[in-house]
Amino acid sequence: MDGSIISGAQGTQWVEVARLGDIPRLGSRVVSAPKGDVAIFRTSDDSVFALDDHCPHKGGPLSQGIVHGHNVTCPLHNWVIDLSTGEAQAPDIGCVKRTPVRLEGDRILLALRA
Amino acid sequence: MNMLSPQRQRLVVIGNGMAGMRTISELLARTPHRYDITVFGAEPHPNYDRIALSSVLAGEKTLDEIVINSRAWYDENHIRLITSDAAVSIDRVARTVTSASGLVAPYDKLLLATGSKPLVPPLPGLTLPGVCTFRDIADVNQMITASETQKRAVVIGGGLLGLEAAWGLKRRGMSVAVVHLMPTLMERQLDVAAGTLLQRDLDERGIAFFTNGQTEEITGTERATGVKLADGREVPADIVVVAIGIRPNVDLGRACGLEVNRGIVVGDDMATADPDIFGVGECIEHRGQVFGLVLPIWEQAKVCAARLAGDEDATYVTPPLSTKLKITGIDVFSAGALSAAAEEDEELIYQDKKRGTYRKLVLRDNRIVGTVLYGEVKDGPWYVQQMRDGADIEAIRDRLILGEAAASLTGTLDPTAKVKALADSAEICGCNGVCKGTITSKITELKLTTLDGVRAHTKASASCGSCTPLVEGLLLLTAGVDAKAAGPKPMCKCTAHGHAFVRKAIVADSMKTIPEVMNRLGWLRPDGCHSCRPALNYYLLCAWPGEYVDDQQSRFVNERNHANIQKDGTYSVIPRMWGGQTNPRELRAIADVADKFGIPEMKVTGGQRIDLLGVKREDLPAVWADLNAAGMVSGHAYGKALRTVKTCVGSTWCRFGTQDSTSMGVALEKMTWGSWHPHKVKLAVSGCPRNCAEATIKDFGVIAVDSGWELHIGGNGGIHLRGTDLLCKVERPDEVLEYCGAFLQLYREEAYYLDRTAPYLERVGLDYVKAQVVENAENRRALYDRFLYAQTFAQHDPWAAQNENTTFKTLVPAE
Ligand code: SRM
Ligand SMILES: Cc1cc2nc3c(=O)[nH]c(=O)nc-3n(C[C@H](O)[C@H](O)[C@H](O)COP(=O)(O)OP(=O)(O)OC[C@H]3O[C@@H](n4cnc5c(N)ncnc54)[C@H](O)[C@@H]3O)c2cc1C
Ligand code: SF4
Ligand code: FES
Repeated sequence: MDGSIISGAQGTQWVEVARLGDIPRLGSRVVSAPKGDVAIFRTSDDSVFALDDHCPHKGGPLSQGIVHGHNVTCPLHNWVIDLSTGEAQAPDIGCVKRTPVRLEGDRILLALRA
Repeated sequence: MNMLSPQRQRLVVIGNGMAGMRTISELLARTPHRYDITVFGAEPHPNYDRIALSSVLAGEKTLDEIVINSRAWYDENHIRLITSDAAVSIDRVARTVTSASGLVAPYDKLLLATGSKPLVPPLPGLTLPGVCTFRDIADVNQMITASETQKRAVVIGGGLLGLEAAWGLKRRGMSVAVVHLMPTLMERQLDVAAGTLLQRDLDERGIAFFTNGQTEEITGTERATGVKLADGREVPADIVVVAIGIRPNVDLGRACGLEVNRGIVVGDDMATADPDIFGVGECIEHRGQVFGLVLPIWEQAKVCAARLAGDEDATYVTPPLSTKLKITGIDVFSAGALSAAAEEDEELIYQDKKRGTYRKLVLRDNRIVGTVLYGEVKDGPWYVQQMRDGADIEAIRDRLILGEAAASLTGTLDPTAKVKALADSAEICGCNGVCKGTITSKITELKLTTLDGVRAHTKASASCGSCTPLVEGLLLLTAGVDAKAAGPKPMCKCTAHGHAFVRKAIVADSMKTIPEVMNRLGWLRPDGCHSCRPALNYYLLCAWPGEYVDDQQSRFVNERNHANIQKDGTYSVIPRMWGGQTNPRELRAIADVADKFGIPEMKVTGGQRIDLLGVKREDLPAVWADLNAAGMVSGHAYGKALRTVKTCVGSTWCRFGTQDSTSMGVALEKMTWGSWHPHKVKLAVSGCPRNCAEATIKDFGVIAVDSGWELHIGGNGGIHLRGTDLLCKVERPDEVLEYCGAFLQLYREEAYYLDRTAPYLERVGLDYVKAQVVENAENRRALYDRFLYAQTFAQHDPWAAQNENTTFKTLVPAE
């Protein structure tokens, strides 16, 4: 991966973490970030989302769940998490921290604090 | 303030709670001016709805919303309310009540309504800061404050109160564990089955449970830091809520010499041994019974008010009681007996595992004496009504368990009204452009009676399924058949079609990919969900061996990662041990792998092989490579697939063995390993009827006898124990293999995803399987051939060739 850093506001750095092709459609990959693992998801419409790889229920690795629509089902106890908001679907209550992510061509850039 | 008038009698009430104030409201409704009323309340608040404290804790209501009688109400009714001042003594001779602040109130009639106190066991650490009970507003405030700054809560007690406390704290963001003395929750209101379902549902909502947990000590020096159980388990906590029960608050009654057992004893007239002193609520005992729910208390209040108003005939009878749990989204109901107690008692039970519902009725002499409902409780009050009426249920016995709608002929809406009103030209199915007239004439012409029949001949409801209710209405209207009652359940919320329909459509219409199935059958969501995608993937795999390309993204994590995920996100790895046999080389290789990768735990499984627990995701490919190098392959302990073939030592060593069961087991495992199924499949071979390999609780079990092999099917040792049914007896080893392959293939082709052989067998019946596998030799061989053909594509070790698989690797951001 070629290193490319684009500086953003408030010391945010957009860091390239993968190419779109590194992640299967309806799949996910784990990125190791300073504050812990972040899961990057790729949905069937080729949107990408980034959430902490840590289910609000009991910390299950969301990256290993089944992706459907803009949701992922946690592999441990089937909570369904909305990838765009990080919120758990009712009746469950909880929220996962999102990390800003964007696609530039086929490069996936993650906003990591400098 | 009340006006003093000599004719009026003085009524003093001790306890400004639910029972006392309900009695006063009832009394005022009957006779507003008979008494000058004084109320002593130990709490600083006017009367509030104690029941709703659970909702306040869960953040669903505010304290203001739960006040029943505001201070203005007391004023309007000229009631003298003294709050924050407990009554401390009663002088029955002088007829006065004295309060903690020294106030003395004379009475003509006295009402005791002191409620109950939380039961607290004599535990070390009970007085530490951070320990509280769950009874009043002060307790709830303490819990809410704690939840704002603290993280972990332990609730001692898995009864109604304890669970509501746990749920409230959970809703407030704490991580919550419940310690419960008994093996199942709410054991006084729920039977074991319902209690188990409840625990499962709460567990899924993130509450941890320590059942069979006897608390020995609350730990901590400055403040509570956790609880310690008698068996050595320790549960850390920032706050500890003790909710193990209540005890009638009888102190005042006892001190002034009234008769007291568990509660202050009252008669049917609600009077104590002293005819001028009455009692209501949780502080009393009536005919040996004490109370913890408001329903009987409302009755007591009525009777007591009538007596105080001068009605000499009012008598109290305890109504049948029922319990409901107030946890949003969890429906539990119980009343009366929880299970058959006497020999003549009977139980009716109905359980739908998939929908998570459970119903039980306890009958005696054709009358309901108890019910436990889980998941679906709307019929609860109706059952209680039948109980109360002592209704004879003989005539509706067959439908009784389905509830009121099924049991009574009246009160159901006419489901055909809507379709009746439509013109023949009205379009019913938008996807396929089918009108009402076409559907009704086909139904009549072809004498159709099923939804699938209508779909096959008209295409109506065969695509997206959203018109299914209309088509069902037409079937009922035209042919008089209720397709809904018999109709299959949809696979999931993404479709209106049931498993059987989809399985058939895949084969009949040659559908070969998941998107194709979803498109043609009108899936409601573009890529389905975690429930339908794995099912479709399996159905396609089974239908088109060698042709269908397995969709990894539609596989559950375990099957995608070829290992079992654990609660901490690590994995367990179980290599295959053919028929439970192993040797020094394999054991050494396993030991080396454990050392090399720092695997924290090894365990012998219940399936006769060795589990390596705590393997990191990134290490998986390398662990497999080492095991492969020693000749071992995946044990598929993670798959809806063939798991284990358990064996006993058999005739090679055992003095009772009749055949070589170990070799037979190995042969079966060599034939079946790698096969995918609707659910997991387990086999076993025992060398004689002593059955040391437990073959009669396996999906396919073999028991060797002198004259050959007995073949057993449909056993299950899991959640619902089911012994096998005897399929047949065969003489030769090759026959064992053929029958096994044929039976497994039948199951693979016909079962619904996530049904094991036991429910499959119960659905189709033993006779059907015998007809397919035993009686029809040609069909058996065809099934067997199809199984072996599929195996030529399935028997590739999924662990091999994962070395290259980079998806196990964590990505690192570029510098
Ligand atoms: C490891 C093992 C326990 C052990 O340490 O002995 C085990 C572990 C699990 N079992 Fe089991 N079962 C194990 C033998 C059994 C047995 C005993 C047997 O096979 O003789 C049974 C009862 C027999 C039977 O299946 O009929 C058993 C009945 C279950 C059930 C209930 C299945 C049912 O139809 O009712 C489940 C739940 C399920 O599958 O939905 C289950 C589910 C599980 C899961 C997969 C729970 C989960 O979803 O994570 C556990 C995975 C742990 C892991 O990561 O390794 N396990 N499980 C055993 C592995 C055997 C092996 O070598 O592959
Ligand atoms: C959290 C919670 C949830 C509940 N949920 C349900 C439910 O879902 N369904 C149900 O049917 N029941 C439920 N209950 C039980 C129900 O609240 C009680 O059965 C009911 O409140 C009992 O009424 P009571 O008047 O006897 O006692 P209380 O309502 O407790 O009133 C007694 C009052 O007397 C006061 N008092 C005691 N001693 C003195 C004294 N010496 N001087 C002055 N005042 C005194 C107390 O401070 C208290 O305010 C629940 C209870 C709790 C705590
Ligand atoms: S291994 Fe089986 S029995 Fe043991 S906890 Fe897990 S699922 Fe339950
Ligand atoms: S940890 Fe995610 S659902 Fe339980």
